[in-house]
Amino acid sequence: MEFCNCIEPPWPADELLMKYQYISDFFIALAYFSIPLELIYFVKKSAVFPYRWVLVQFGAFIVLCGATHLINLWTFTLHTRTVAIVMTTSKILTAVVSCATALMLVHIIPDLLSVKTRELFLKNKAAELDKEMGLIRTQEETGRHVRMLTHEIRSTLDRHTILKTTLVELGRTLGLEECALWMPTRTGLELQLSYTLRHQNPVEFTVPIQLPVINQVFNTSRAVTISPNSPVARLRPAGKYMPGDVVAVRVPLLHLSNFQIHDWPELSTKRFALMVLVLPSDSARQWHVHELELVEVVADQVAVALSHAAILEESMRARDLLMEQNVALDRARREAETAVRARNDFLAVMNHEMRTPMHAIIALSSLLQETELMPEQRLMVETILKSSNLLATLINDVLDLSRLEDGSLQLEIGNFSLHSLFKEALNLIKPIASVKKLYVTLSMSPDLPEYAVGDEKRLLQVLLNVVGNAVKFTKEGGISISAFVAKSDSVRDPQAPDFFPIPSDNHFYLRVEVKDTGAGINPQDIPKLFMKFVQSQPLAAKNSGGSGLGLAICKRFVNLMEGHIWIESEGLGRGTKAIFIVKLGIVGRSNESKLPFLHKSPGNTGKPNFAGLKVIVMDDNSVGRMVTKGLLTHLGFDVLAVASGDECVRVVTHEHKVVFLDVNIPGFDSFEVAVRIREKFSKRPERPIIIALTGNTDRMTKESCLRVGMDGVLLKPVSVDKMRSVLSDLLEHGYLVESQ
Amino acid sequence: MLGLSVDRLRADMNRLLALLFHQGVLDEQFLQLQQLQDESSPNFVSEVVNIYFHESEKLLRNLRGLLVDKEFSDYKKMGVHLNQFMGSSSSIGAQRVRNVCVAFRAATEQNNRPGCMRALELLEYEYCYLKNKLHELFQIEQQRILAAAVRYPVVQQQLQQHPNNA
Repeated sequence: MEFCNCIEPPWPADELLMKYQYISDFFIALAYFSIPLELIYFVKKSAVFPYRWVLVQFGAFIVLCGATHLINLWTFTLHTRTVAIVMTTSKILTAVVSCATALMLVHIIPDLLSVKTRELFLKNKAAELDKEMGLIRTQEETGRHVRMLTHEIRSTLDRHTILKTTLVELGRTLGLEECALWMPTRTGLELQLSYTLRHQNPVEFTVPIQLPVINQVFNTSRAVTISPNSPVARLRPAGKYMPGDVVAVRVPLLHLSNFQIHDWPELSTKRFALMVLVLPSDSARQWHVHELELVEVVADQVAVALSHAAILEESMRARDLLMEQNVALDRARREAETAVRARNDFLAVMNHEMRTPMHAIIALSSLLQETELMPEQRLMVETILKSSNLLATLINDVLDLSRLEDGSLQLEIGNFSLHSLFKEALNLIKPIASVKKLYVTLSMSPDLPEYAVGDEKRLLQVLLNVVGNAVKFTKEGGISISAFVAKSDSVRDPQAPDFFPIPSDNHFYLRVEVKDTGAGINPQDIPKLFMKFVQSQPLAAKNSGGSGLGLAICKRFVNLMEGHIWIESEGLGRGTKAIFIVKLGIVGRSNESKLPFLHKSPGNTGKPNFAGLKVIVMDDNSVGRMVTKGLLTHLGFDVLAVASGDECVRVVTHEHKVVFLDVNIPGFDSFEVAVRIREKFSKRPERPIIIALTGNTDRMTKESCLRVGMDGVLLKPVSVDKMRSVLSDLLEHGYLVESQ
Repeated sequence: MLGLSVDRLRADMNRLLALLFHQGVLDEQFLQLQQLQDESSPNFVSEVVNIYFHESEKLLRNLRGLLVDKEFSDYKKMGVHLNQFMGSSSSIGAQRVRNVCVAFRAATEQNNRPGCMRALELLEYEYCYLKNKLHELFQIEQQRILAAAVRYPVVQQQLQQHPNNA
């Protein structure tokens, strides 16, 4: 036998078993070799595979296993020692690698497994996100619908359109079969079907408001599902298929007063409307939550839109009312102005027209008195005189009162003696009082100043009026007049608690009390005393006379003098006390008088000397020119009469003292002449005084004349006396104050 | 007889004046004019009145000429004339004449032609009346002056014996 270094296979060479083993080993080796190949191929293909080292290991392990099984093939038969050594080496290597791999796998396999759990987790997450996305999408769609609805609803301020649009859009968005709005009636006891989407209701449907289902809906701000059979939901004629689900929601009807400045409108209002929405009958649709939310939001928006519409309506109505009132006010103002203008015109005319005949009557009657008359005639003439004097006084009073009310009366301030004023009043009243056998006493307090600054004539008028009234209404006894300086603590009129006489350095308050023992006055009648034309004693003696104007005028004069007048009486038969307080200036202090100071020369004795003074008269009317020239010549002036403005400007020199311009010349601007004359003379002392002669008594003419630079205005026709006094004042002071 | 007549003439004059005042033909302004008559201008009133007559007749002629014209349309010019007439009438105290002028002017402002015609006729009438009366007045005045120039010492006594019973 040859010696071969061969190794005997461990097992006997059993033919069949050996064959199967041989084949299995072969296939195993084949598989073992192809697996790593596949692995490598697919790993190469994949982008991500973090375990390359493991793969290498695994590959090595598999290859070696394969190699082992492959080499095993040769060990089935007799084989050399080399083969055995190779076999052993590969086995050892395989053992090493496989152990290493086994060790490695301990680390790897949990990782691999966790991949799977992560995948599962991610899948769950994705499913969740999907669900959420679906929700958001629905919400977004709802929001879009609401925005669109709101836009539609709020784009109009017309109530009807708002409600109609709401129903239409809701119907469209939600695919409703019917949508209706029930509004509360005026009485608030019923709901009336006001708007429906499709079904036009010819008959007015009403439903009492106290139904439980309605209360249920009104008590919550959410949309409530109600039964399709409730009266509010039975909008379609019945007899169809299964009616769809119905939902109702309340719509608050906000009022203007609900909107406070800083707060959101409070829903304390009890007025709601009811919106009912019906799904299509045979659709088996259900109300989803997001749809209900949509309906609630829409209901709120509608409420806001309605309230805006209401506010707008309100403000439009208010604006129309205001405009109407404005127009009415304007018209009233214009009417009032026209009336005032008419009255002023009337007054201006009547002033002259009424006084002229009166003067004529008085003048002629006095002339008549001086002729030889029989006793009866004399009596008649005296009566005529007395009556006409009374009438003249009345006319003056009425005209004065009108001017007082107009505010155009100005006090003529001047220095006067208080003592002589009271004495004069006393002298005037004594004769009448003695006829009635009444005594009159006057007591003047020693701290009264001797002289005062004020309107003497009007103060005398007030005093005479008050004293005259006292005498008139006293049958027996007498009158006592007392005058003193008013102190702040003197007894005040209970009806005028705000009047405080506060003396100052320049002024003092004169207080005069006239007490009589006469018939007295009912305290209730006292407020009426100072009202115009009201007679407080209609049944009094027939010759009580008076038109009721006296006290009213007194009150106005006293008010002009910044004072107060009132009457106190304890009742009928207990006498009366009339008290007035007026503000007078103190002589010698620096008085700020409203008018330029007119010094009343004590008695105008002797004519003022006009001899030789040069004046110019401009009048284009020859008659008027001649009359004015005659007038001035009569007074002693040296008059130059011209007929045109040009001539006037040409001949005027610094020697002329006064220029009289007739201002009523139509188509001719006397104002221009005045301006030119002023321009001709630069300095004041040389310039002649310019006086306008006008037949127009209104303020406008006066103001225009003064504005142009004229020094005064005289009303035509001018009497001799008037011209004389005006010119003497003028030449003494250099300017003219009063023109009428 | 002449002596007595001074008083009678004065009475006549006063009576006439009173009548004219009563009728509203004259107003206070005429009295003012009379006051202006003094030694330096003894004929003041008659001079003024004569100028007035002169002017007025001219104005009246103009007014009539304007109105009679068939194609008349210049109311403004009439207004101007009327203003003048009014002014001079006021200056001498011819109250009624002035009032008619006012009415006339109103008619011109309304362009009322028939109204203007009526007013013009009334104006002419009033003016004639005034003129006649004033002439009468001046006549009496003249007579009075003449009569006063004749002095009889016996006049005074006779005056005392016969009180004025006008």
